[in-house]
Amino acid sequence: MANVLVFAETRNGELRKIAFEAVTAARQLADATGGGEVHAFLAGAPGVGAKAAQLGIYGADVVFVAESADFAQFARESFAATIADRAKLDAYRAIVLGFSAQGRDLGPRIAAKLDLPIVSDVTEIASSGDTLTVKHPGYANKVVLTLVVSGPSAVISVRPSAFTAKENAKPARTETIAAVPAKTPVVTVTEIKEGAKGRPDLGEASIIISGGRGLKAAENFKLVEDLADAFGNAAVGATRAVTDDGWRPHSDQIGQTGRQVSPQLYVALGISGAIQHLAGMRTSKTIVAINKDKEAPIFKVADYGIVGDVLEVVPALTAAIHEARKGH
Amino acid sequence: MKIAVCIKRTPDSESRFKIASTGASIDEAGLKFDIDDFASYAVEAALQLNEKAGGGETVVYALGPDNVQESLRKAMSMGVDRAVHLKADKVPADGIAIAKALAAELKGGGYDLVLFGKHAFDSSAGVVGTATAEFLGVACVTAASELRVENGAGVARRELEGAAEMLTFPLPAVVTIDEGVARPRYPSLKGIMAAKKKPLESKPAQLGDIRVTVQKAELPPERPAGRILGEGVAAIPELVKLLQTEAKVL
Repeated sequence: MANVLVFAETRNGELRKIAFEAVTAARQLADATGGGEVHAFLAGAPGVGAKAAQLGIYGADVVFVAESADFAQFARESFAATIADRAKLDAYRAIVLGFSAQGRDLGPRIAAKLDLPIVSDVTEIASSGDTLTVKHPGYANKVVLTLVVSGPSAVISVRPSAFTAKENAKPARTETIAAVPAKTPVVTVTEIKEGAKGRPDLGEASIIISGGRGLKAAENFKLVEDLADAFGNAAVGATRAVTDDGWRPHSDQIGQTGRQVSPQLYVALGISGAIQHLAGMRTSKTIVAINKDKEAPIFKVADYGIVGDVLEVVPALTAAIHEARKGH
Repeated sequence: MKIAVCIKRTPDSESRFKIASTGASIDEAGLKFDIDDFASYAVEAALQLNEKAGGGETVVYALGPDNVQESLRKAMSMGVDRAVHLKADKVPADGIAIAKALAAELKGGGYDLVLFGKHAFDSSAGVVGTATAEFLGVACVTAASELRVENGAGVARRELEGAAEMLTFPLPAVVTIDEGVARPRYPSLKGIMAAKKKPLESKPAQLGDIRVTVQKAELPPERPAGRILGEGVAAIPELVKLLQTEAKVL
């Protein structure tokens, strides 16, 4: 029986989906050790503590709240120091984070501070005594590695969408803890450049509509946007060819060197399916492809394919989806 | 400036992989290896920073068996001044152990900047650079997609999910490099000839305890074979029906 500490990630004062997924993973691990507690770490600007109850819904027994005016932004060095100091007060089986922009940054800092082993981007966790066994897709998702971590404690970051957030309500007790100042020289955030408003992030969306070179011109990306609107709350992605050509920002790129996503539905429009792109989306639940070349590799992974010109098929599909979702 | 770049040698990411008979690694036979993509951006970024500064020294480090020397020579053929090989039978899956070995070497090196790739293609973990910064006790920017040095301080951009942050940081620092910073140059013939004469020092890596090991490597399950519903607009009703009844996303 051992407790598990989990980083509850927020942005702009709101808990992110990955926070609930990380708490779910931590709950499973604590239960697997024979019924330990889940302790969540929630840090932010004054007022963030009001979000603690939401973490209880997913199985947090205790929420440590660290509020500080400096925490309005991602104060990475101080977050890491505060989590590491908290971890020293308990024999945690593991410290769990999401493998997100924040979690990727914090995990190795915490592991080094505490001299703990760390495994990243994990999709499954099993625990037996002093051994953790985890699955981690390496080689850009082309090889799945089973890693064995020895020792009584470790840092684990979990892949977004790999652990589905599950309700398991606990009357989460809240404790206030002090922010620990940074112990290394700090980086300063001078500006946050917000991306396109009104669409969910690629990592959080359950539906992604993505476009490639087959759209022929940057202005035809409007068709991708329109189909995303027809589905309601869908995100918009792109291939590397498209972001390299400047049709879309680099941050929209899905693939080996861009974002890796696994939504419920991935719709590939005018995308041939280069290995580089497939590496970023092949774990999607359902894949739809529309492409004019019936030999395109995207059709080998698409559950449903339509051979045709995206410029003709997509507007008709958008109308049909609007029709099917009438009343939503 | 004095800049160190830590690189990893990884297989060509476009390869088709097979699992070795041990079941715990890929079969390396027939694969092409090179400097990892993100690490090659880091090498280029280091060279450009020093070209812009009009001088300094660029040193490349790699940990692993003797075959990493090939990657170190390649970095020197691109323009890096000298190389350090930290010898180990293999590159462990324990990023903290690697970071300790690198930090022990880099400490006292007087580096203004230490650059890494944001992660390596094979381990896809992104641990070593950030942990090295902690062991060195210096500032760290992870996954920088832009990097400059202005008036003795670092300036970087880092992509967040759906946003980006602009950062400033004091030197010395560790920065891990994302795509977007610099496209690596090809070594010139002159560079290749010069690299043969540049110093390459080889010494044992101080790895210490290894606490993370690979027990099994396997290929992911194949997706069920794709299905083409039909051609053009005529196939849309069938697609919409399947999205409703089978995929249940509508």
